[in-house]
Amino acid sequence: MTDTLTHLDRLEAESIHIMREVMADAAKPVMLYSVGKDSAVMLHLARKAFYPSPPPFPLLHVDTTWKFKAMYELRDRMAAESGMELIVYQNPEAKERGINPFDHGPLHTDMWKTEGLKQALDLHGFDVAFGGARRDEEKSRAKERIFSFRTASHGWDPKKQRPELWNLYNARKAKGESIRVFPISNWTELDIWQYIARENIPIVPLYFAAPRPTVERDGLLLMVDDDRFPLLPGETPVERSVRFRTLGCYPLTGAVESGATTLSEVIQEMLLTTTSERQGRIIDKDGGDASMEKKKQEGYF
Amino acid sequence: MTDPVYVTDALIAEDIDAYLAQHQQKSLLRFITCGSVDDGKSTLIGRLLYDSKMIFEDQLAALEADSKRVGTQGQEIDFALLVDGLAAEREQGITIDVAYRFFTTEKRKFIVADTPGHEQYTRNMVTGASTADLAVILIDARKGVLTQTRRHSFLAHLLGIRHIVLAVNKMDLVGYDKAVFDRITLAYRAFASEIGITNFTAIPISGFKGDNITALSDNTPWFKGPALIEHLENVEIGAAADEAKPFRLPVQWVNRPNLDFRGFSGQLASGKVRPGDAVRILPSGKTTTVDRIVTLDGDLDEAVAGQSVTLTLADEVDCSRGDVIAAADAPPEAADQFEATLVWMADEAMIAGRAYWLKLATQSVSATIQQPKYEINVNTLDHLAAKTLDLNGIGVVELSTDKPITFEAYGDNRTLGGFILIDKLTNATVAAGMLHFSLRRAQNVHWQATDIDRDMRANLKNQRPALLWFTGLSGSGKSTIANLVEKKLHRMNRHSFLLDGDNVRHGLNRDLGFTEADRIENIRRVGEVAKLMSDAGLIVITAFISPFRAEREMVRGMLPEGEFIEVFIDTPLAEAERRDVKGLYKKARAGQLKNFTGIDSPYEAPENPEIRIDTTAMTPEEAADLIIDRLLG
Repeated sequence: MTDTLTHLDRLEAESIHIMREVMADAAKPVMLYSVGKDSAVMLHLARKAFYPSPPPFPLLHVDTTWKFKAMYELRDRMAAESGMELIVYQNPEAKERGINPFDHGPLHTDMWKTEGLKQALDLHGFDVAFGGARRDEEKSRAKERIFSFRTASHGWDPKKQRPELWNLYNARKAKGESIRVFPISNWTELDIWQYIARENIPIVPLYFAAPRPTVERDGLLLMVDDDRFPLLPGETPVERSVRFRTLGCYPLTGAVESGATTLSEVIQEMLLTTTSERQGRIIDKDGGDASMEKKKQEGYF
Repeated sequence: MTDPVYVTDALIAEDIDAYLAQHQQKSLLRFITCGSVDDGKSTLIGRLLYDSKMIFEDQLAALEADSKRVGTQGQEIDFALLVDGLAAEREQGITIDVAYRFFTTEKRKFIVADTPGHEQYTRNMVTGASTADLAVILIDARKGVLTQTRRHSFLAHLLGIRHIVLAVNKMDLVGYDKAVFDRITLAYRAFASEIGITNFTAIPISGFKGDNITALSDNTPWFKGPALIEHLENVEIGAAADEAKPFRLPVQWVNRPNLDFRGFSGQLASGKVRPGDAVRILPSGKTTTVDRIVTLDGDLDEAVAGQSVTLTLADEVDCSRGDVIAAADAPPEAADQFEATLVWMADEAMIAGRAYWLKLATQSVSATIQQPKYEINVNTLDHLAAKTLDLNGIGVVELSTDKPITFEAYGDNRTLGGFILIDKLTNATVAAGMLHFSLRRAQNVHWQATDIDRDMRANLKNQRPALLWFTGLSGSGKSTIANLVEKKLHRMNRHSFLLDGDNVRHGLNRDLGFTEADRIENIRRVGEVAKLMSDAGLIVITAFISPFRAEREMVRGMLPEGEFIEVFIDTPLAEAERRDVKGLYKKARAGQLKNFTGIDSPYEAPENPEIRIDTTAMTPEEAADLIIDRLLG
């Protein structure tokens, strides 16, 4: 006999259950919104979880000022559509020092994202932050809890995480402690795409192939999204048909050459592709094999 | 060669839309793999991911490089490296936590809980098993049924997993010998029936070579199937069985966007619901009917077990988080005393008599556990006498909650029968439990309503009842100051009663010693007596070391808000020891007194006492005046 609920139905129900459960104990929750496809799905699930009420928390975008222009456009549109308050936070120190991905390497991510996130959470006193991380993304994430506890200084101790049994989440915490909650932990990249297709969820057009000005650097295809991109001697932007599998700061996100202009074609490429999603991101690679885990202990999402 | 059970590249390339349509209809199976590193568990999981193309070229390149560097399979790919997670563990070559893996075939999406097999990690396996529909028990064909096989099977059964697969691994190392497989299967069957597992599926495999994983292997012509993946794809998940049970929806959140809409959000724990269905709200017992099933995609005609929905009801009935909306003609019971199996998950042992938070579905209550009736040895399954449960200990206990909870036996309903215990101070999840049945004492011992209530008694005495709870080290000055306070109250015509630690131990608590459990029981009894006296309208003064925060908070919880006044007699240990009025510190230091607070037993100072007395800065007389001022002022 066939199961009444499909795997997407079950994942959806689980994520909604998690979000509602947070509301029982959270004093001031917030949803981290990075404008990528995972954030898009998470936001859509939040709207479903609390309908007909709007989600009872604001969206927080920890901005680096270096995101793709198309991302800023979708961000503002989605905030307006969902009826949620949008908080944009830019680390003032990073801004003042002009921290950028071209001149400052790992410091760029550290100051804008890691430090920026901590500052934003402290500034507003958020005690629970929803994040769109998935367990299939990276080895150390496979063991991350759905409710992940952070000390008052935002540290993550892999030995102090609470066991999660059934669908019972223990969200009690002491003053100053906070929780990162990952409602789409059990979704895979394929699930995300299938769900976007099934639910017609708006995503940044950069996920679809289009002719875009690009340069090839250190084995990555980078898009010249604005005139802040410093061209090296001999570099000229070349128009290529490209798309992105993940989105971050445009100078740190590699494109793939592609002709996939529809969702079906994107999924088709994904299924036939032979490289993993995070490969286009520089962030995983500095510091070797355990770099994501190290970043997490330092407070990176 | 592309295996037919996996992603069919041709269909994806030729007709992606047809492929996607087909994949929308996949079901979901959660399973757990049990076995140690030596059984080839990580290798098997790595193989499942690899065969289902969940590994990409860049990951494969990294895997090949790693295999050569630290792998245990010579020049061949070591799949185990693919699934070992955190850096420290990877170096030690063991997994120490639950990791979740994902793969998909043409028919199903799978979530695999990967848990280690070492004895000290019972906790992790129980965690992984709690959400699993099926367990794959791995056995090394060269070793047969081991102690750990029994342990894994027992735990899987305990957590209510209905489907057991016995994967006899490393068949390549025993020459694919049918006799070996048969012998192991027979031995396992004998053991399984002992613990109540009536049905299991045995499959001879090699995770390393890939035999009988995705398709039947030519190396085992005597094995007629099914191959592991085939079995995982076709096994009945149990969704139909859950839907056939009576309807239950634990309310998570009340949805009130405006005055005209009041919805109750939650995930169906069992059964089905339709608009017009008669339902009962528990624990109040009020009945009404379902008006609408509201979702963002429009109202539904029906919702089934597993779905997250929002219901509106036809009548305005009280209903909030923690309540259960259930089929009116088949509601679950409510009770406040239970028998349950408990799995202890914290480094600090269980403390009988201490109050913990108990979370079951969306209900949170305070619960106290009795000494275990017995502990279960997970290796021999023997029942042992036990006073407590340590980390990874499993025992059967009786517990009581401070108010009734709506529940079902775990065997009937995982959601309404499974619970966690949370330490009230550290907020850590310390145990998982499975309810067996209610002890039914709650229904039989009713509160006797009396006509004269506590307010009337207090009014007669022209005072407000209170409990002044003195706490502090031995020799800190508690009794001295408490005595002065009572004398002063008496002069002011206040009705009071002083309960002194030493005096109570001569009578009411003469059967108690000084172990942690006895100290807790000592305080519990004193708390109950103090509560009765405050009900009588008295100002109660207690002078007990009461070293543990949790118990002081327990007593605070027994009294009406504001009546419990914690008085911390703050005398540093060195000062109390210097005074040593009763000569006890000397004895304790000489080892003649065991469990002496401050010496070999901890004192947990209050964090926010209502009154703090620094005895190094004021006289007992001044302290008593200050306390009276605070009490009456």
